[in-house]
Amino acid sequence: MEALLEASVRLAAPLLIAALGELWVERSGVVNIGIEGTMLSGAFAGFAAAVATGSPAVGLVAAAAAGCGVGILFATFAVVRKLDQIVVGMAVNLIALGATGLGARALYAGNPPAAPTLAALPVPGLAELPLLGPALFAQTPFVYAALGLAVVVGLGLSRTGAGLRLRAVGESARAADAEGIAVDRVRFRAVIAGSALAGVAGAVLTLSHSDVFTEGMTAGRGFIALAVVIFGRWSAGGVVGAALFFGAATALQFRLQARGAEIPYPVFLMFPYLVTLTVLAVAGGRARAPADLGRPYRREAPAG
Amino acid sequence: MSSLARGPAALVRDAVPPTLAVLGALALVGVFVALLGYAPGRALTALLRGSLGSGAAWTATLLKASPLLLTGLAVALSFRCGVWNIGAEGQLLVGALCATAVATRTLPGAPAALVLPAVVLAGAAGGALIGAVAGALRATRGVNEVISTILLNFVAIQLVALAVHGPLQEAAGAYPKSDALPAAAMLPAIGRLHGGLAVALALAFATQLLVFRSAIGFRLRAVGHAPRAARFAGISPELYGWLVLALAGGLAGLAGAFEVAGVTGTLYERISPGTGYTAIAVALLARLHPLSVIPSALFFGALEAGAGAMQREAGVPAVVAQMVQGLVVLLSVGLSVARPPRARGLRTPEPKRGID
Repeated sequence: MEALLEASVRLAAPLLIAALGELWVERSGVVNIGIEGTMLSGAFAGFAAAVATGSPAVGLVAAAAAGCGVGILFATFAVVRKLDQIVVGMAVNLIALGATGLGARALYAGNPPAAPTLAALPVPGLAELPLLGPALFAQTPFVYAALGLAVVVGLGLSRTGAGLRLRAVGESARAADAEGIAVDRVRFRAVIAGSALAGVAGAVLTLSHSDVFTEGMTAGRGFIALAVVIFGRWSAGGVVGAALFFGAATALQFRLQARGAEIPYPVFLMFPYLVTLTVLAVAGGRARAPADLGRPYRREAPAG
Repeated sequence: MSSLARGPAALVRDAVPPTLAVLGALALVGVFVALLGYAPGRALTALLRGSLGSGAAWTATLLKASPLLLTGLAVALSFRCGVWNIGAEGQLLVGALCATAVATRTLPGAPAALVLPAVVLAGAAGGALIGAVAGALRATRGVNEVISTILLNFVAIQLVALAVHGPLQEAAGAYPKSDALPAAAMLPAIGRLHGGLAVALALAFATQLLVFRSAIGFRLRAVGHAPRAARFAGISPELYGWLVLALAGGLAGLAGAFEVAGVTGTLYERISPGTGYTAIAVALLARLHPLSVIPSALFFGALEAGAGAMQREAGVPAVVAQMVQGLVVLLSVGLSVARPPRARGLRTPEPKRGID
């Protein structure tokens, strides 16, 4: 049981980091489905920098920087040029898949070395607590950062001026504009911040969960992070719960698979996606999204 | 309105932005490839030779273009209606799965006159079914189709894996693939070119007529362009979204059936090299015009066919094709005047609410 809880929290961490970033972006009224490719870019940049310098910390910084770069690409087309956000997001995913695949082969010629990984950092004393000790206090810095980030994003959204302006822009860009808030600037910055987090989330995969980069290794985790935001009803607390739920579902899948049950393995691999679909069908679909989500703001355009 | 009906001048004018997008994307990728230390000139030569340089190269291009044409039509039809169907990949896979099941399990040994239509219809029906699942979730539970179709793609990949490791695995049991389709289930072909290509071309014209010349097409475009106005006019965006996802799924499923019954002759796990995702680039480069999907599918078919030669002869990894696709999407949407329907993001279906 302790091992299962520990694995749940560990596997939830990249989803949580990516989803918190996407939450910040979506509360500003922008949907970034390029988060999948952004994670992949972070996974690759983090891996490459950690291998080159021997330091996972440098890898982490590189992952965040790569995320920012991809975010700038997305925001330039989706926020500044106001092209369709879904289309730009899909384009970003394709470009990231191609660029990281190409980069990996150019650098390592199909034979990548192992990256130095971030070691677990148990909190003395607390890590030995029964049941929740290993899950909450014997994890890598990524997990602590993810949990801390949830508090920062939650309070940031509800208690700060920046959060208030962000929400105003997401609920009604027109009204926010009338109040003198620079809509596109708020959205641009939100996309950059969210993309940096997505990059870090990708680095969790190459600097903690494994020590290698493989082509397309995010395997839809960015898309599941989008579902986590919906299932979490666009609130930080909800996103934490939803990410932990998906972490638990994945941990359970690994556990059952290891038991070597009679069930064929594709059923297990299907499991997280089916769970996501079911959850959305039961709970998420009708949750309240920011009112101006997905709408580029043009000052001259008629409302609605 | 298609530029074909407005004469050659309009045709040329409309062809300028997509051509610029293609050239721009190739140039950008060329620079990137050169920065990584490859020889872009050799890569381009190999790309052209592998896609257009010989009869065999042309055949390869046309064979790659055929499923891209059908899935590209599926995406163009969906996006026109404001339905963000990212699920052509999964719909293709389920189509291939159903076609194989009928050919190798339900009707082995039956005459071609019976088997072939059954196989093709099974493919279309399978794709339509998985499209309709996304449509149902959207219409009845308000689940956004971007998310549901992407998730269903991953489910479909595992469904195929399940089938070729289990009920559809070859009798010999050596490899995770299906039995070879019986000769009666295979599409008639000239050389390696299968008859599915002709069907795909015919369906491009049929889709053009459906979208621009039929009452249903008018309502589909209305839903895509102005969902609230459509609702006031008594057209249900939910119902038409459902219809469109099923229709698009059918087109993509047909592509899957044609792949097993025209190209591979068997079902295996990695039967689609991401055709359903490339289809999004195909549809957007064609600016969502069904007839323009034909040249667009040819371009991306040539890119895919040539990428293999590029990897062999110039050492540039074939995965670079994905970068070209992404950049073509960005540039063609960025450069074109006609945009896809107004963004509605994750708030589908359009909520019923008062006038702002």
